[in-house]
Amino acid sequence: MGASNDGLPVRTGFLGWLNKRMPVDAFMRDQLTGYYAPKNFNFWYYFGVLSLVALVLQLVTGIFLTMHYKVGEATAFDSVEYIMREVPYGWLLRYMHSSGASLFFIVVYLHMFRALLYGSYKAPRELLWLFGMAVYLALMAEAFMGYVLPWGNMSFWGAQVIVNLFGTIPVIGPGLVDWIRGDYGIADATLNRFFSLHVVAVPLVLLLLVALHLVALRHNGSNNPDGIEIKEKKGADGKPLDGIPFHPYYTVKDLVGVGFFLVAFAIVVFFVPTFGGLFLEKPNFEMANPLSTPEHIAPVWYFTPFYAILRAVPDQQIGALLMALSLIGFIVLPWLDRSPVKSTRYRPLRWKLALTVFVVSFVALGYLGLKPAEGLYVLLARIFTVLYFAFFVLMPFYTRGESTSRVPDRVTFHD
Amino acid sequence: MTEPAMQIRSIRNTLARAMLGLAAGLVLCGAAAGAEEAAHGEAAGEHGAHGVDWQSWTAGNEVTNTASLQRGAANFVNYCLGCHSLKYMRFSRMASDLHIPEAQLVANLIPTGAKPTDYMISSFPHADGEAWFGRAPPDLSLVARYRGTDWVYQFLKGFYVDASRPSGTNNLVLDGAAMPAVLSDLEGVKAAVIGAAAGGHSGKVVEKFETVAPGRMKPEEFDAFVRDTVNFLDYAGDPAQAQRRSIGLWVVLFLLVFTAFAWLLKKEYWKDVH
Repeated sequence: MGASNDGLPVRTGFLGWLNKRMPVDAFMRDQLTGYYAPKNFNFWYYFGVLSLVALVLQLVTGIFLTMHYKVGEATAFDSVEYIMREVPYGWLLRYMHSSGASLFFIVVYLHMFRALLYGSYKAPRELLWLFGMAVYLALMAEAFMGYVLPWGNMSFWGAQVIVNLFGTIPVIGPGLVDWIRGDYGIADATLNRFFSLHVVAVPLVLLLLVALHLVALRHNGSNNPDGIEIKEKKGADGKPLDGIPFHPYYTVKDLVGVGFFLVAFAIVVFFVPTFGGLFLEKPNFEMANPLSTPEHIAPVWYFTPFYAILRAVPDQQIGALLMALSLIGFIVLPWLDRSPVKSTRYRPLRWKLALTVFVVSFVALGYLGLKPAEGLYVLLARIFTVLYFAFFVLMPFYTRGESTSRVPDRVTFHD
Repeated sequence: MTEPAMQIRSIRNTLARAMLGLAAGLVLCGAAAGAEEAAHGEAAGEHGAHGVDWQSWTAGNEVTNTASLQRGAANFVNYCLGCHSLKYMRFSRMASDLHIPEAQLVANLIPTGAKPTDYMISSFPHADGEAWFGRAPPDLSLVARYRGTDWVYQFLKGFYVDASRPSGTNNLVLDGAAMPAVLSDLEGVKAAVIGAAAGGHSGKVVEKFETVAPGRMKPEEFDAFVRDTVNFLDYAGDPAQAQRRSIGLWVVLFLLVFTAFAWLLKKEYWKDVH
């Protein structure tokens, strides 16, 4: 905020007093009214702000749920039913929080797809991508531990399966599992620590990472569907020719996106909160019971692509390793992609095919992860696992020396 | 209820149903479960050609039907509460949701000595349940949620004579059920001619039912009795669901209006961009 006097209004009275002590006007100018964003954002650019909306919804509903939830293996399940029945509008808080988790992942996955589509992870935005990946990992931890809190039977058995994966780590594995659980099985101690991590530790980490993600974003500015750096073409006034001030242009545009999101959210919350057993699973309406295993254990839908990869391999240790590697593929993506061009619009058919195959594989694995691991499902899971990894492993080869088409000098519009 | 009020109610129900339809469309987009159920239904249909297609019996209940819920509540109190609790449900909450006047509640539905604000707990001792049936009768607060309403419907209509069981009866959906056929007084006693096992998940193949002894109700009366009871259990699993849908309608309408105005605002601001 070096040149914080340029173009700022002269303030007197309270606002003058305030601005002398806090850079309120300067912050507004640097981050909103004087922050230029490319003017050709399309549909895919709504999912960043929607992730933020989802985060806030989860934090607010979570705070109120915490007022009524009673952690402990004897009380947790009953307290959730108490919230559903006796807390005024408790059912609304609970369904908003449970549906909110699923909608959060939907917008985050679409946000990540946007990055793949327009090369938003490429230089100079590698750190932005890495912070985003860290947010994604923290979000998975948050969602997993939150899923255990209602202490339903699927919570219990899901936790059993996921925590046991750490046991496949050589040497330290078995000890690590006991350390995570705080007991020799998923028990009261596990539930208590997951509660602590879910409501305090991970949300703090998430907020910090989101802040870093935004700082990195604002430093270079957003990418856009053409993958052009708008800062390279500036007018006589020093402002990007293809940029428009974030406020008011994108604040009002995002408001429309948020409106549509809230309509979809409300339809789910009020009319199909269990979403056919996909957002809230049937076995989770039965209290955790170590003596009764659900017919088949599957995690919630947003983890199923990785679960399908885990089960595609007969050996659990190798399966768990592949599952970890499947996330590492995402993390090193900026260094795997050798193409000089960012946007898929100007990249060859080879890349478009690879991206399509990847998206199809990811969705297919998500579907297969919900199915029992038998017969044709296993075979398909294996095929799609190979395709999933081929996208990452072969990327340095199929993106090297790409015959790209000419990237225009200025942004284009397609709507 | 006055006539205009009823009209408003019926319009609201129609709108709510339209919203449900919209929601159902959404579910179809994402739910893999739907495809599986359809496949399952077809498989069951094949059996139906030469037998009783009990796997595809559906509850078809409607939780906004208050009259049905009132009958279901009476059925539950008279026939189920003797052994099964609804431990999360208070009599008073049930009465206010189902528009049952307090005088009627106290006179007909509350066990002697209980207060309207009491939870609906059965006085049946767990130890006796374990001694007599091998297990204590489960709480039914959430049975419609973890089993599904169709399952409960099939269970209540799926009892048949089986001399090999201690209770003398068995059940189609829950093989070896500990619960005896407590509704046989109403339904009558039926024997099932079990066909060759089809194997896998589809369960027992029933060629046909044979009436051993008639009950006090005609088949269609008993069917309505079971549907009302299932409807009540559906309500008990998520008592706020009718309220949820009716509020949801207004929330969605408000958000649509809000979004329309936001869109107009965006259009106004973006006039000079390009």
